[in-house]
Amino acid sequence: MKAYATGLLAAAALLALPTAASAHRQWLLPSVTTLAGTDGWVTVDAAVSNDLFDPDHFPMQTDQIQVTQPDGSKGRIQNAATGRYRSMFDVQVDKAGTWKIGTFSSNLGGTFSLNGETWRVGARRGPPPGAAGMGPGGPGAARPEGARPEGAPRPAGGEGGPRPGGEGGFAPAKSVASVAEIPAGATDIKLTESISRNEFFVTAGEPTKTVLAPTGKGLEFDPVTHPDDLVSNEPARFRFLIDGKPAAGLTVTVIPGSKRFRDGEHALSLTTGADGTVEVKWPFAGVYWLNVTATDNHASDSRAAERRMSYTTTLEVPAP
Amino acid sequence: MRLTSMILLGGAVAVPASAATVTVTIPQLKVAEYHKPYVAVWLEPTAGGPARTIAVWYDVKKKGNEPGTKWLADLRSWWRKGGRSMALPADGVSGPTRGPGAQTIPLPADLKPGSYVLNVEAARETGGRELVTVPITVPAANAKSSGKAELGTITLSR
Repeated sequence: MKAYATGLLAAAALLALPTAASAHRQWLLPSVTTLAGTDGWVTVDAAVSNDLFDPDHFPMQTDQIQVTQPDGSKGRIQNAATGRYRSMFDVQVDKAGTWKIGTFSSNLGGTFSLNGETWRVGARRGPPPGAAGMGPGGPGAARPEGARPEGAPRPAGGEGGPRPGGEGGFAPAKSVASVAEIPAGATDIKLTESISRNEFFVTAGEPTKTVLAPTGKGLEFDPVTHPDDLVSNEPARFRFLIDGKPAAGLTVTVIPGSKRFRDGEHALSLTTGADGTVEVKWPFAGVYWLNVTATDNHASDSRAAERRMSYTTTLEVPAP
Repeated sequence: MRLTSMILLGGAVAVPASAATVTVTIPQLKVAEYHKPYVAVWLEPTAGGPARTIAVWYDVKKKGNEPGTKWLADLRSWWRKGGRSMALPADGVSGPTRGPGAQTIPLPADLKPGSYVLNVEAARETGGRELVTVPITVPAANAKSSGKAELGTITLSR
């Protein structure tokens, strides 16, 4: 159980830090992206693994999945379930046009020093299932008595007496939930902002563009070729934006699924041009995982030296 | 919307005696489970421009949770080239699936002279899918091509 919980935490850490060195990839695999009519459903696998789209490592959590309907309003997932290696959920595609389904996360995390001790900033969203290291009440309860008048959080598990859990190195001792709780006396503040998106697009009938409208925040996908209008014998052109402006010089990784039935991964590594676009020439028909990462120093909090951004999408490329 | 009215027009105009006919041969297949294929026939101007669907045969009667239209996207080239923007059923264009044999479709009489690519795509439940293209010119000259698995001979004759 402990090993499992630790693994989940590792997976959670991976989600928070998209530029982690690990090759583990977070992926969403829709059963279909092109539907005729509005009587259909899409059923989706969600997992973290090395190879696409082989669920053999950890499931992705489904509680952060957001559904955007073609008119921009919020939709919902149904029948969510989490297994040992993958999660699954369904979306009823009952409106014509293009839907966006996936996750968006924006976190500020890092460390600071207080009275010679290192503290961690940024809590997980909730305790992992079966985690022994969490006290009752989840992360909130884990917060040291940071609301004390002096504003000095006291290391838990120290003079405060033993706490429930606290084993395994992920105990919330010496951590605060958010940057807002960094005490006034903190020094050596090292923060990083992480913004990541992982989403795919499903279209009933004709493709529409409402859900593709950029928000101007972080790294975004601004496709020239509609992601549900791909075909293997036609190159696709995709633009990437950072804070709404074309992002040049980014490395775009495009990896086809089902490596186990081939000799090689056949990944494409492309670089965005001055206009922020790449042209993707599909080696063959199939389902592809696309990922782009970027790092800059334009974090929303002035104390954060770095901003890490990640964009991931899954693309279905039919044969002509 | 304009496409629909064009189709209606195409269907309503009486076919002149000189008009050409497209013949689509659906092969007889020796398979354990046979369903008549979904078939779409459309024209694309060689110089580019919107596709014009001249026939789509699918399960027009099936309604309910899984209506016959559900599998129209399996005609994946047609779906992308024009199917997804059509309202179905379409008069003079859509009709029920057809069995093995030679099936004829009149080439629309209002086609502007020029060169086109005649596309015929078939997709069969529990079976395969095939796209056959035939370059043609209008006014029609005879043309012919052939599929390998899901479609037999495709001819244009006057």
